[in-house]
Amino acid sequence: MSTIAITPDLIAQHQLTTGEYQKIVEILGREPTYTELGIFSVMWSEHCSYKSSRLHLKKLPTRGKLVVQGPGENAGIIDIGGGYVIAFKIESHNHPSFIEPFQGAATGSGGILRDIFTMGARPIAVLDSLRFGRLDDPKTGARNRRILSGVVAGIAHYGNCFGVPTVGGECIFEPCYDGNPLVNVFALGVCRKEDVFYAKAAGIGNPVIYVGARTGRDGIHGASMASAEFTEESKQKRPNVQVGDPFMEKLLLEACIEAMHTGAIVGIQDMGAAGLTCSTCEMGSRGEVGIEIELDKVPQRETGMTPYEIMLSESQERMLLVAAGGREQEVYQVFRKWGLEAVEIGKVTGDGKLRVRHHGNVVAEIPNRELADEAPLYDRPHTAPPAAPTVPPTEWNQPAIVAALPRLLSAPDICSKRWIWEQYDYQVRTNTIAGPERCDAAILRIKETGTAIALSLDGNGRYAYLSPREGAQLAVAECCRNLSTVGAQPVAATNCLNFGNPERPEIMAQLVEAIEGMSDACRFFETPITGGNVSLYNETLGEGIYPTPVLGIVGLLKIAAPLTIPFVNAGRAVVLLGGLGTCDDVRFGSTEYAKEIVGSLWGLPPALDLEREKRVQETMRQIAAGGLAESAHDLSDGGLAVALAECCFGARQIGAQVDLNSDLRPEILLFHEAPSRILVSTANPKAVLGLAAQHGVEAAVIGTTIENGLEIRQRGNTLGAWEIAALRPAYENALMG
Amino acid sequence: MKFGVIVFPGSNCDHDAFYAASHNLGQPTEYIWHDSRSLGDVDAVILPGGFAYGDYLRCGAIARFSPVMQAVQRFAAEGGLVLGICNGFQILVEAGLLPGALIRNRGLKFICRELRLRVATTHSPFTGALHEGQVLRLPIAHGEGCYFAEPRTLDELEAEDRVAFRYLDNPNGSLRDIAGILSRERNVMGMMPHPERASDPLMGSADGLGVFQSMLAAVEAARPVAGVRP
Repeated sequence: MSTIAITPDLIAQHQLTTGEYQKIVEILGREPTYTELGIFSVMWSEHCSYKSSRLHLKKLPTRGKLVVQGPGENAGIIDIGGGYVIAFKIESHNHPSFIEPFQGAATGSGGILRDIFTMGARPIAVLDSLRFGRLDDPKTGARNRRILSGVVAGIAHYGNCFGVPTVGGECIFEPCYDGNPLVNVFALGVCRKEDVFYAKAAGIGNPVIYVGARTGRDGIHGASMASAEFTEESKQKRPNVQVGDPFMEKLLLEACIEAMHTGAIVGIQDMGAAGLTCSTCEMGSRGEVGIEIELDKVPQRETGMTPYEIMLSESQERMLLVAAGGREQEVYQVFRKWGLEAVEIGKVTGDGKLRVRHHGNVVAEIPNRELADEAPLYDRPHTAPPAAPTVPPTEWNQPAIVAALPRLLSAPDICSKRWIWEQYDYQVRTNTIAGPERCDAAILRIKETGTAIALSLDGNGRYAYLSPREGAQLAVAECCRNLSTVGAQPVAATNCLNFGNPERPEIMAQLVEAIEGMSDACRFFETPITGGNVSLYNETLGEGIYPTPVLGIVGLLKIAAPLTIPFVNAGRAVVLLGGLGTCDDVRFGSTEYAKEIVGSLWGLPPALDLEREKRVQETMRQIAAGGLAESAHDLSDGGLAVALAECCFGARQIGAQVDLNSDLRPEILLFHEAPSRILVSTANPKAVLGLAAQHGVEAAVIGTTIENGLEIRQRGNTLGAWEIAALRPAYENALMG
Repeated sequence: MKFGVIVFPGSNCDHDAFYAASHNLGQPTEYIWHDSRSLGDVDAVILPGGFAYGDYLRCGAIARFSPVMQAVQRFAAEGGLVLGICNGFQILVEAGLLPGALIRNRGLKFICRELRLRVATTHSPFTGALHEGQVLRLPIAHGEGCYFAEPRTLDELEAEDRVAFRYLDNPNGSLRDIAGILSRERNVMGMMPHPERASDPLMGSADGLGVFQSMLAAVEAARPVAGVRP
């Protein structure tokens, strides 16, 4: 046993409270060893145990008729018919990406990809949701650009080499992400229904096999690092960030899938956060068995590693599997073919304990269930979310509409993200029917079933800051709307909850309200949450981020030519499904116009009527299914005028002339962000309006597509007219230009 | 006609090339593992895109030493058709089957983009079914696709009509807009753009299928004579 004395200081360094330590002593019936203390500290960290959020996450809907596997496994699983399933999940890698952007983002991608293929599913798509500080900030801009470049290069490096297409995502810039960028990566894979694998150990006496990269000292305590606020010293935690090897991951993918097909594997789990510790005790706990390992057998990259270091290392590209006794050779043969190490490090036992030996001596002996599933659970006090100003600044700087539109088109949140997504291979595996910025959602074919899926990631921190509950609902609505706009039926969701310090009651209130809002909306749209991730303590030097719940939703559709954003032909009717909508000064405070032009944030997010939203989406799906639309684009950031302009940026630069019948002030009319609205161009407006009327959805022909230019009128008065060739550069060249 | 698709550890467009040859073109196709010493009875071999052996050193620099490359060398010497796409092109250059080098893109960034290519010659088994001057829409996806060679080599390539494709909007700084080249015997071609990704209208373009159709036509035309002599 280790001889390092367990002192109150050491316990505090491990971010364990006195109460938590007492619980450890109770579980063990004695004082823990140093190794055991380390093991408990990572398993009971916020990152691994969800101790602050678990109570509230239970409120989320997780069941549905297509759900094969909900939360609790490495990824959620949905039945897509034809004998096939998809596995998907979103994960954050925020803290490491701030400390070391390239490797932080790369290993974030690596982690979520392993979560998918550990379930037997071959990854076929990645999307990323990114948040950075402003690039034009005189003080922090240069650093933010460096973080953005590093994160994008890291995701590109990993995904491109691994061979998974990065087909979409979102990227937002706010000062609150200056010292705390958000890097959320979503991955999705496909496999036959009977080929799904679970991270469950079974069969007493079965060998426990370690495969993949060797264990080094990198990433020790990564999970705990992700569970604390940032301070100036955080930068010294750079060695806590792991280094990714996408080539190794690619080999691991191929070898694991091939080994799974031998039938000799009983259960498998990747070594992600908390490495060997997490994989052993979780597999044991799920299977209600014990696991005994000998650390001398663990392949090591460095000499002289202590049991503590081996158990807590977060070296990448490693997997733990349990094979059927007597069939180990079949497994070894596959891994040998792929040039990978596969070593038996222990056995499944019947005593329910995680027993760790080093040079034959027991250095840790902990009941699996208590370690993995009995982590402390906190009902943290929550008051009310921090209040924002309720009224607009008295003096608005109001430029002419004709100048406001190009300014908004070049705003970092709105402008084309081509600079980012061209660095990603968005086509490898030849399934990409619609990649980045072609449609409102990414569309992939599933070769195996002859059907397609649509994917979207959405979140809006400004909305959620003004009202966490409504902001979360709006994110669900927007995500579903993006899918419906391409004709897909939303079926299931995954979430990434990025919040500040839950020990502050007003931050906890944001988390609770966002979860409740998301829960209501997901129930309403019948998109159960099948898994996800919570990232707390997103604060630097006491400054919290906007609460940023991000949704990833998957929809199903038939294979067809995609319904794309740009207008295709001149002389078509432009229909605004959902109508011009309304907005007052209070609800206008959350818009991109308020952010970019007024330079402020106030009031409330746009008002959402869930019933109405659902009817609009149903109508849109029927329009798409009936082939009635030539193009479709939903209204979101920047409202109607921005959406219209984006529809003009096709290969043929078809424009539009619209006339709006409304009493709203021009800047509100054009730039308010009321949801549940979709622009459709059609040769058959009668049929489109007919479908809308059938569903009780407001819709109007607001104009016609034309060969040249964009002109917007209000009751006959021209509010603005633009040459498309003049507007387009503002949109195309703004980011990192 | 039978295609063989070589699988190096780290190849990641192998499934796509396989799908284009077997499904889009409808020809028998098989994978060939990197440690094979023989290519079996294939009529043409494709070196697919990806990051063979991780490409941590220099693209294709390790792959050229792979056991299967000796078989590819022999196959090429006997007149067999060898198509290298993206990483496959890089490997063929490293192996000395094609001249020149592929270096970092001019912008130093990986680029994935659909762009236009001009068919520079139809006198090859890879472009025979295309038209001289035809413009194809094909995607690229690479970080190191800038074609580089000394002027004498470039002159020679042009004099011998061995430039197969040129970029209309040169994305990576390739000298003389070169996107694909042929060997002297015209039975080995390397190209950075991905024809296998543009072999199905659903993927936005089926222009790339012409490359595989050309290969099929060339092999069929050469039957029943053993081997392929363009």
